[in-house]
Amino acid sequence: MAGADVTIAAGTRTAGERRLRPYLLFIWPALIVSSAVIIFPWIFTVWMSLNDWHIGSKQTFIGLDNYVNLMTNRRFLESIGHTIYFTILAVILPMVLGTVSALVFHKKFRGRGFFRTLFIMPMMATPVAVSLIWTMMFHPQLGVLNYLLSLVGLPPSQWVYAPGTVIPSLILVEIWLWTPFVMIIVLGGLASLPTEPYEAALIDGASQWQMFWKITYPLVAPFLVVALIMRTIDALKVFETIWVISNGGPGTASEVLNVYLYAQAFAYNQVGTASAVVVVFFGIIVALSLVLLWARQKAKWA
Amino acid sequence: MALTVRTKRKIRKVVDKVALAATVAVLLAPCLFVFFWMLSLSLKYDIDNTAWPPVFWPEEVTFDNFAKVFEESPMFLYFWNSVQVTGSATLVALLLGVPAGYGIAKARAHKMAAVLLLSRMTPGLSYLIPLFTLFQVLGLIGTVWPIALTHMVITLPIVVWIMIGFFETQPHELEEAARIDGATLWQAFRYVALPLSRPGIVVGAILAFISSWNNFIFGAVFAGRTTRTMPVAVYNMLTFESFAWGPLAAAAIVVMLPVIVLTIIIQKEIVQGLSAGGVK
Repeated sequence: MAGADVTIAAGTRTAGERRLRPYLLFIWPALIVSSAVIIFPWIFTVWMSLNDWHIGSKQTFIGLDNYVNLMTNRRFLESIGHTIYFTILAVILPMVLGTVSALVFHKKFRGRGFFRTLFIMPMMATPVAVSLIWTMMFHPQLGVLNYLLSLVGLPPSQWVYAPGTVIPSLILVEIWLWTPFVMIIVLGGLASLPTEPYEAALIDGASQWQMFWKITYPLVAPFLVVALIMRTIDALKVFETIWVISNGGPGTASEVLNVYLYAQAFAYNQVGTASAVVVVFFGIIVALSLVLLWARQKAKWA
Repeated sequence: MALTVRTKRKIRKVVDKVALAATVAVLLAPCLFVFFWMLSLSLKYDIDNTAWPPVFWPEEVTFDNFAKVFEESPMFLYFWNSVQVTGSATLVALLLGVPAGYGIAKARAHKMAAVLLLSRMTPGLSYLIPLFTLFQVLGLIGTVWPIALTHMVITLPIVVWIMIGFFETQPHELEEAARIDGATLWQAFRYVALPLSRPGIVVGAILAFISSWNNFIFGAVFAGRTTRTMPVAVYNMLTFESFAWGPLAAAAIVVMLPVIVLTIIIQKEIVQGLSAGGVK
């Protein structure tokens, strides 16, 4: 075993390749299909972003003009702002609540399995259908949420019908949908914890709080990073809930990048502009994911 | 003295229990309320649905809303469309994704897995413009196949992701024994690893099925009047057909019923499968 380790260390690349080669046949079919589905649209999109093309008219090559125009397009820049605002809240809040829920559902109590099933229902429910129900709940005159506010003595809110409250309201839906996702990932981390360190810590007279920060947290950190990466990607890509509930409105107050993109492509048929938005959008997602992956590596070694 | 310590401990235990129960209740309340409200809206007459203060428990339960959904729209057709799209996308994802997950796990080729992450990172909308053009050239617009094909973007990464996690935890001694006995790599996979991986396949298949069933955007762009999937159909009821709240809530229930049932059936495996894939 020690000998094998040494050879791997001496030539990591060749050893890795030797290990991989026999299994390539297992991987190729999936790889070919996914690259075909990814790469063809990508080449097409990049090419389109260099053209002025309005569906129904002829396309003309205009170089980087679409990008230049985007940089001064207020609606586009605002949609980036909305996306960042939305993403920060839609990542942090489900992360905190999901971690707390995981700690709760990790404890043993009667009916835990049943309650846990109830708890993960939202992430399985069809987002479009759920958004429909939230739309009715948000109704300023007849919605049940304003009634619930009045029960606890709070003034009614305009929810998704006012520019100031629309994004926080949409965040509520996002929290509702995706807290279970974070919970499940973190729960997996908690389940994989060894018991020995806790036993040792108990013997040494450690407090609950100390055990959490010194043992649980470092061991669960990689899982938190996985949840963080997934959540960030999904929050940046948010579309369905906003499209159904507020349609980017009122005005353009909740128009995130994906909604702006959809409007450009399928409402205004501005394929060139929309393609340029896609390229910029993907750049943002990749950059952020790289930062998070880097953080994950650091968390692993820390 | 000993008694007071014991009673103290007892009190402490009770307090802990009550605190835990309260926390669980607080966490579950919002989750359950939305489902409760959906059910409540779907079972009430419109007078109750638009009443102020809102009526929580219907005085008179009605199933008219459900009847209306099925009368005024071809729900069974949409259901069949969804089954075709989701079924084929899940099946192909399993055929390609299970061997791929096996290969990546055994060869520890995590860079390959990163390619799949890339497909998750790409915004779904960005596939749509080029694929729409392609499908138009191929004359496939108006059938369910473009939708099924694009749904593989969703199902394949899920299956591979779950299977990598599953095969990594599977002990490899059995396959090694088979290899020593002269089995080829494929035989070791087909006759040793694959039969053992049934639980993983079930979880991967169901999670892929659920995500594909719930997907809205691909159907929204590619579907014509007769090829709508369930989520698209429900969205159209909201925007284009002026349904009242009752039938809308009923339609929402009809759409999500299959995934809710599936979730209940395999809830334990979902939790295990998702968390196993997340780590190594």
